[in-house]
Amino acid sequence: MAPKLPREEVAHIAALARLDLTEQELETFAGQLGDILTFASAIQQVDTSRLPPDETATEAPATWRDDRPAASLDRDEVLGAAPDARAADGYFRVPKVL
Amino acid sequence: MHPGTAIGIRDAIARSALTAERAVTAALERIAREDPALNAFISICAERALTRARALDQASAPTGPLHGVPVAIKDTIAVRGVRLTAGSRVLGDYVAAYDATVVARLESAGAVIVGKTNCDEFAMGSSTEHSAFGPSRHPRDPGRTPGGSSGGSAVAVAVGMAPIALGSDTGGSVRQPAALCGVVGARPTYGRVSRYGLIAFASSLDQVGPLATTVADAALVQDVIAGPDPKDATCVAAATACSAAIGQGVRGLRVGVPRHLLEAGVAPDVLAAFEASLEALARLGVEIDTVELPHSRHAIAVYYLVATAEASSNLARYDGVRYGACVEADSIADLYARTRSAGFGAEVKRRIMLGTYALSAGYAEAFYLKAQAVRRLIQQDFVRALAGRQAIALPTSPTTAFRLGERVADPLQMYLSDVFTVGPSLAGLPSISVPMGTAADGLPVGLQLTGRAWDDAMVYRLAHALHD
Repeated sequence: MAPKLPREEVAHIAALARLDLTEQELETFAGQLGDILTFASAIQQVDTSRLPPDETATEAPATWRDDRPAASLDRDEVLGAAPDARAADGYFRVPKVL
Repeated sequence: MHPGTAIGIRDAIARSALTAERAVTAALERIAREDPALNAFISICAERALTRARALDQASAPTGPLHGVPVAIKDTIAVRGVRLTAGSRVLGDYVAAYDATVVARLESAGAVIVGKTNCDEFAMGSSTEHSAFGPSRHPRDPGRTPGGSSGGSAVAVAVGMAPIALGSDTGGSVRQPAALCGVVGARPTYGRVSRYGLIAFASSLDQVGPLATTVADAALVQDVIAGPDPKDATCVAAATACSAAIGQGVRGLRVGVPRHLLEAGVAPDVLAAFEASLEALARLGVEIDTVELPHSRHAIAVYYLVATAEASSNLARYDGVRYGACVEADSIADLYARTRSAGFGAEVKRRIMLGTYALSAGYAEAFYLKAQAVRRLIQQDFVRALAGRQAIALPTSPTTAFRLGERVADPLQMYLSDVFTVGPSLAGLPSISVPMGTAADGLPVGLQLTGRAWDDAMVYRLAHALHD
């Protein structure tokens, strides 16, 4: 049985991730994340010292394209998909921030 | 009776033995008959499909190599004007405002989309049990999973609700359900196929791939969807010519087997089918030998750290502001948190939590950065093993289709289902699952062949020699 993640730590991670977890979820995730992280900790034993620090994981080439303006999505259609938008003025609405 | 292959349907239409409308009607009738028990589809596009099929029948010449062929699309891929769910509640009743590049290419080739298929929420799962729309069911046994996350696409193809389908494969989500359902499923080399319009899960791993009943059909679909796209900066490689490699001989090719990965955890039936498929390859003149992938025993750990870290970032966009579901609140912080908590299912929350942990202050070095470094070692092992060999063979899945509910309570057990598929994903390599018979219980078993980067054609060539 792997050690559980401390409850406060699970709550801290949930806050970072913008998730409101129930007491039950906190409890379940404390155990499950503990299991998974204990399992994953085996990678700490792998010698990676010979790798250059900035090496990317795969060899897919990165490319650049020209910065040319092109047609984008229709603004009204995009705003129409929002839960709350003022389409006529062209913006999304959110609760007061300040 | 299965309605036939994509190539067969296309050719029948070309010689006027069939119309696109009849092909599409047959697919829709089969969906109506079979899907209530199987739950392979989240959305069915009957009217849209029939309208397009009739337009194709009016055309004076074939539109392309998939003229009139019905296709099912995993519901992580955008089709303009059609609801897009990713198997989640958080997208609400969102309707896609644009076509994924792969969808535009399929339709330009004459394919007709009949529906959007079920999947684990945001493609996070190996069984479809994490779909907000309920699990899909295995065609041979409704008590079992068809695999996942592209389980709906695999079921659709297996029972002929569509001859071909698209899935998306991050850690095995095309190959594993293909294996469990007895169909062909392929993951292209990372960078072959555009991700534009594919809902992002783990961007350094996600690739769209085909499912089909024959290797020739899968190769044709890959050729249609592959090729550079200015809308995806990682999609730069030339289009593939997998179809052209079909039927070329395989005598003298070399395939390596990492035997050390088979020592534990593989079901005896799966192992027996695997050995039989190696013998079949040998009879075709393929040389089989043993290779080492020393770091692959860490592949599951590395995959679940890298993929969840990327997911935690990618899924930050579901905030209740720009699209999808929203739970109202007095403050923006509460609106985000309530929307996400109500909208995401347990597995997605678990993965966001794991990924956030792996990226958080104090742990990023030990987990995320370390995982990236080990990923590189895993990839280098594959490059070394594939020097002088055309492919590496493994079973696609260590077991046949498991029972619904069997692994859902233990996430780590579920993750271990992906033991053979995550390695090629991490290495960015082309990898195909091809049926290799059935286990004693009658359930299908799949052989996974993984090739060198950009040599997608080779895995199709080998798979075709064995299967079609």
